Amino acid sequence: MEPMAGEWTSAAHSMGTTIMAVEYNGGVILGADSRTTTGVYVANRASDKITQLTDNVYLCRSGSAADTQVVSDYVRYFLNQHTIQLGREATVKTAATLVKELAYQNKSFLQAGMIVAGWDKYDGGSVYAVPLGGTLLRLPFATGGSGSSYLYGFLDQAWRPQMSKDEAERFVVKSIALAIARDGASGGVVRTVTVNEHGVERNFFAGDKLPLFHEEIPPGRNSLLA
Amino acid sequence: MSTIGTGYDLSVTTFSPDGRVFQIEYATKAVDNSGTVIGVRCKDGVVLGVEKLISSKMLLEGSNRRIHAINRHAGMALAGLAADGRQIVTRARTEAANYLSFYGEDVPIKELSNRVAHYSHLCTLYWWLRPFGSSSIIGGYDMDGPQLYTIDPSGVAYRYYGAAIGKGRQAAKTEIEKLRLAQMTCREGVMAVAKIIYGVHDEAKDKSFELEMSWVCDESNREHQRIPTDLLMEAKAMARDAQEDDLDAF
Repeated sequence: MEPMAGEWTSAAHSMGTTIMAVEYNGGVILGADSRTTTGVYVANRASDKITQLTDNVYLCRSGSAADTQVVSDYVRYFLNQHTIQLGREATVKTAATLVKELAYQNKSFLQAGMIVAGWDKYDGGSVYAVPLGGTLLRLPFATGGSGSSYLYGFLDQAWRPQMSKDEAERFVVKSIALAIARDGASGGVVRTVTVNEHGVERNFFAGDKLPLFHEEIPPGRNSLLA
Repeated sequence: MSTIGTGYDLSVTTFSPDGRVFQIEYATKAVDNSGTVIGVRCKDGVVLGVEKLISSKMLLEGSNRRIHAINRHAGMALAGLAADGRQIVTRARTEAANYLSFYGEDVPIKELSNRVAHYSHLCTLYWWLRPFGSSSIIGGYDMDGPQLYTIDPSGVAYRYYGAAIGKGRQAAKTEIEKLRLAQMTCREGVMAVAKIIYGVHDEAKDKSFELEMSWVCDESNREHQRIPTDLLMEAKAMARDAQEDDLDAF
């Protein structure tokens, strides 16, 4: 007989995920999908995978939802104290180093692929990747999660330095949409966060606002509804 | 001489009735009896200078350094008991290295000074420890520009435009106040510091001395280093001439 409860009721919450962050002319843009899964069940179809660490630094989370939540809580706590002691805002580099330290020292316990991005007055907009294992790598753009596999070729070809804010945001939304189209563990909406010297701006792109690709059916009236 | 705290000065964990901790004040006296140490913050960096009193002609020139590097962009000049100073330098170096390791960037000078001050203060809280008989002047250049701090045996850090500690500090402070530091470059600062140290040196009371100087400025690529030899020679020569001029004028 089949068991009453499926495997998904006891599986850990994972964020299949597509996350990315890019530097543009004046700041950074972080982007992510919104699907959280336990096995094949979508536990949350509108999650927010972009978490605030300080006023000027944000974190994209992929991998185990629990692990990344705990890491971000610790780093937010350390940075809060650090800011008070230093008397000025923390730099993106410091935030990224703290994330790296936790990821590296606890590598055997964690399954967390993260991207730290933000703006500070010393280095401008910066993006740091902290993949599984706890490497720290500063990059002009970074991507992570299961959906990122489908993006490497696209990004290598399409990314240009010093994009404008609107250009960069369109670029991020298009990339996430491409990954959602092919990766079953990514889906839902696209959330973006823009961080620059003027502050922080959050954006939300529901399914009907996303670009369509090869053989995708447009929303609204289409052949399926006939 | 000055005040004596009869009975209330036996332990650093005892206050006097008028709210003083005499042991800390006595520790400061050890600093006041040592050679003068000066720091000035110019518009493009910091210059440190030490009047290193030579106790014996047999001492090798350049030994017994009084200025130490903490990390690439910060240095520390010491006055007072040399061994105590050595301990403080070691601690400052450890703090700077730990900060870099944990936060991924060079320690801000303010943070470094606070940590050294915290350490000095620690030794004023327990009866089984004595306060450090050493004050330090920290000169450094970080993301927020050049900065100058002093830390005394009581464990307080102050930020300065110009600072002097040691036996000639009163005279040195007067001279420093005359300088227009915000307009001076470090090159000019080096000349001024050399002149001041030669000026406050008491020929009658003390024997010979050696001038030790360092800087951290735009010209040194924001790295703490000893003054280049030719510049040091030039500064010493100018300072010596200035002293003779003053004597002649008299």
